[in-house]
Amino acid sequence: MRVMAQMAMVMNLDKCIGCHTCSVTCKQAWTNRSGVEYVWFNNVESRPGQGYPRTYENQDRWQGGWTRTRSGRLKPRAGGRLKKLLSIFANPKLPAMADYYEPWTYDYEHLLTAPAGDDTPVARPKSLLTGKDTKVTWSANWDDSLAGGNEIAAGDPILAKISDTVRQEYEKAFLFFLPRICEHCLNPSCAASCPSGAIYKRAEDGIVLVDQDRCRGWRMCVTGCPYKKIYFNHRTGKAEKCTFCFPRIEIGQPTICSETCVGRLRYIGLMLYDADRVGKAAAVKDEHELYAAQRSVFLDPNDAQVVAAARAAGIPDDWIGAAQLSPIWDLIMRYEVALPLHPEYRTMPMVWYIPPLSPVVDILRDTGHDGEDMDNLFGAVDALRIPVDYLAGLFTAGDPAPVTAVLRRLAAMRAYQRRINLGEQPDETIAEAVGMTGQQIDDMYRLLAIAKYEDRYVIPAAHAEQAHRLEQLGSECSLDYEGGPGMGGSGPFGESSGTPAPIDVENFHMLRNRQTADSSAAPDDKATRVNLLNWDGKGRPEGLFPPKTDGGEA
Amino acid sequence: MNVLLWVVYPYLAMAVLAGGLIWRYRYDKFGWTTRSSQLYETSVLRWGSPLFHFGVLMVLIGHIGGLLIPKSWTEAVGITEHAYHLMAVFIGTIAGFSTLIGMAILIARRRLTGPVFAATTKNDKAMYVVLAAVIVLGLWATVRANVAGEGYDYRETVAPWFRSLFYLSPDPEVMAGVPVGFQIHIIAAFALFAFWPFTRLVHAFSAPVGYLTRPYVVYRSRDPRPGLRPTRPGWEGPPQLPTRNRD
Repeated sequence: MRVMAQMAMVMNLDKCIGCHTCSVTCKQAWTNRSGVEYVWFNNVESRPGQGYPRTYENQDRWQGGWTRTRSGRLKPRAGGRLKKLLSIFANPKLPAMADYYEPWTYDYEHLLTAPAGDDTPVARPKSLLTGKDTKVTWSANWDDSLAGGNEIAAGDPILAKISDTVRQEYEKAFLFFLPRICEHCLNPSCAASCPSGAIYKRAEDGIVLVDQDRCRGWRMCVTGCPYKKIYFNHRTGKAEKCTFCFPRIEIGQPTICSETCVGRLRYIGLMLYDADRVGKAAAVKDEHELYAAQRSVFLDPNDAQVVAAARAAGIPDDWIGAAQLSPIWDLIMRYEVALPLHPEYRTMPMVWYIPPLSPVVDILRDTGHDGEDMDNLFGAVDALRIPVDYLAGLFTAGDPAPVTAVLRRLAAMRAYQRRINLGEQPDETIAEAVGMTGQQIDDMYRLLAIAKYEDRYVIPAAHAEQAHRLEQLGSECSLDYEGGPGMGGSGPFGESSGTPAPIDVENFHMLRNRQTADSSAAPDDKATRVNLLNWDGKGRPEGLFPPKTDGGEA
Repeated sequence: MNVLLWVVYPYLAMAVLAGGLIWRYRYDKFGWTTRSSQLYETSVLRWGSPLFHFGVLMVLIGHIGGLLIPKSWTEAVGITEHAYHLMAVFIGTIAGFSTLIGMAILIARRRLTGPVFAATTKNDKAMYVVLAAVIVLGLWATVRANVAGEGYDYRETVAPWFRSLFYLSPDPEVMAGVPVGFQIHIIAAFALFAFWPFTRLVHAFSAPVGYLTRPYVVYRSRDPRPGLRPTRPGWEGPPQLPTRNRD
C-alpha cells in the first residue's frame, strides 16, 4: 500500500443554473491573456450538446485517453511512445482552432471615430488571430441552453449512442448543465503523452501541472487528454491547463471557480488512495467495472491501518485529519451519490458529479404529478430510461444501474425531507428503501443543501514550514525573485520570452474572512460610514474621515 | 584570408552556438519551444512538416556519415568509394529534395495562411532566409558537382578539414582547393549555426528521445521554492516591514 493524497472536487449538478460565473472568474484569473483567448480552463456545457471543443467526447475521432491492449495493459489510445515520436512533426489528432472557436474582439474604436451620419456606427467583429474582419459563428457555449435546437444537439456524441426514437423524446424531456474543469486524474493520459515530461502530477496533492519551462510545444498532451482540458497557447507555444488554483489551495482556500460559484454546488476535499492499485484498477476489462474499480483504490481515512500507512508515507497529520473530514469522501464513498465523468477513458478522473434529479422532478410536475412523492419519483427514475441512459453515458460508461441508484437516493432524500418540512413524522421506510438510515439521509441533506463554506471546502494548507513566504505582507520586493530582473516587459524573442514573473498571491486571508463571516453584509461600523453616492460635496458628515488622533495631522 | 574563413570564422560560429545555447537555456527556458502553428492550420502542415523534418534528419545523418566518419573507416569495412558515392548521391538527393519541397510547402503556408503569417516574427523570417540559403546552396553544390558534373569527393578535403577543427589543429589549406559551391555552402552553414540559438530552431536540441524510456506518468514534489523568493539568511533577523524614506 502506497498512500497518496489527492485534492478532489465534486459538483452537484442539481444546483447548476448555468450562469457561467465559474467560467468567467476562472478566465479572469487564469486565461485573460493573449494566446489563450479561446481557452476556458473552466467551461459550462449544456447537455445535450456538443461540448467544448466540439464533440470532444468522440474518442473514435480524437483518440484521447487510454486503451486496454489485448494483453491487459494500458497504452494511450493515440499510440505508444514510438508512434508519438514519429508523428511529432504534425500531430494527426490535434483539434483545430475551428473546433474550439476563432477568438474575436470588436472594433470599438470605430464607435468613437466614425464620422457623423444617419446610421449608428457598428463595432464589427475582428479576428484575434489575423486582425481582419471575421464572422462569429461559434464559441465556447454557442449551444447554451439548447440554442440551435436539434441541429446542434444531434451532434452530441453521447446522444449518438442512444437510438433515434428516444432521441426526440429526450430532447423534449430535459436539459442540464455540466461545468467542467481539468479532472486531475489519478492516471493522467496527458502526462503520459508528453514527450518532454513537462506534465507532472504533484506528489503532495495530486494536482496535475505543466512545467512551463520544460514544455517544448509538441502538442501531444492536447490529443492525450480525452476531456480536451489541455490547451495550446498559440502565442507562447506552450501547453496550459487548469491548475486547480494551486496558489489558493496551498494556503487553504478553494479554487476560484468554487469560491465564486453562485449555486454553491462545488465541494473540495482530500481523498487518500493507494497509488499501487491505480494501474490495475484502470485496466479492468469491463468498462462497467471502472466506476467500482476506481472506488476500490480510495482508502478509508478513518481506518487505523490507513492512517498508519499515510503517516509512514509522510502525509502530515493535519492532512490526514482533513481527509477524515473530506466532503468528497462522504459524497463518493459514504452516500455513494457522486459519479466520475467518463470512467471509460481509464484516466481515473478526480472531479466527480452528482447527477441531476431535478429534470425528472420537472417532468413529473409538468405532467401534473407530485414531484416529491417517493413512489412517483422512483417510478419516474425507472420509467425515464432516456435521461438515465444519457447520464450513464456520461458517468458510468453506459451502465444505468449506478445512475439509477444515485437518483433513487436523491429522490428518497427529497421525499424524506419533505415530510420533515411539512411537520410530519420522519418516515424511516423511505430511508430503508435506498439502503440508508434516516440519520444518514439527514446528514446527506445537510451536506448537499445547507453546508457552510467550511463544510464544503476542507482544504489543508501546504506544508512549506516557511511562514514568512506564505504571509501576505509585502515585506519583500515582489520583483525580488531568483534570477529575475523582474522589471516586466518582454524578452528579445517576443512577448513570451524571458523568465516568467511569479504568481502574485493576493491577500487571500481578507477574502476568507469575508467569506466565512456571517455578518459580511453588516459591518460593525456601518453606522459611522458614509455613502459617498449620497454626499453632495458640501459639509463634512460624521464618519467621512477617520476620527482624529492626538497630534495627528488629520 | 584562408585562415580567417576556415579557422577563425568556424570557431567563432561554434563558440556563439555553444555560448548562445547555454545563455538561452539559462535566460529563456520559457521561450524554448517549437512555437507550433498547427492550431491555426493543419491540412498543409500535415504534408509539409513531416516531409521537411524527416528529410532534414536524413540530411543530418548523411552529413555525419560524410564528415565525421573518415574515409579509411568505410573502406576498411569494404565499402568502395564508388559504392559509397552512388549511395550518398542517391539517398542524399532524395533527402535534399524532400527537405526542399517540404520547406517550400511550409514557407508558402506561412505566407499564405492568415493566422500563421500573423504569428511570424521578424526573427522567423530572417531564420527562414538563412536556413533556406544553406539547404539550397548545399543541394545546388551537390547536384552540380555529382549529378551534372563528373563528381567531387568532399571526403578527401572538406571532411578532414572539418574533423581537424575538433582536433584543435585546423588545416585551412585543404579548403582552398574546394569548389566555390561547397565553400559558400559551408560558410552559410556556419552562419546558421551562429544564428541557431537565437531562433526557434533551438527546439531541435530538445528532441524528446528520453520519452522512449521514461515511465508514462511523472510525479514531482511541490516546488521547494514557494514564491520563488530567495531564502533569507538568518542573521538578517526577523522580516521587517519596508520603511519609507521621508524626504
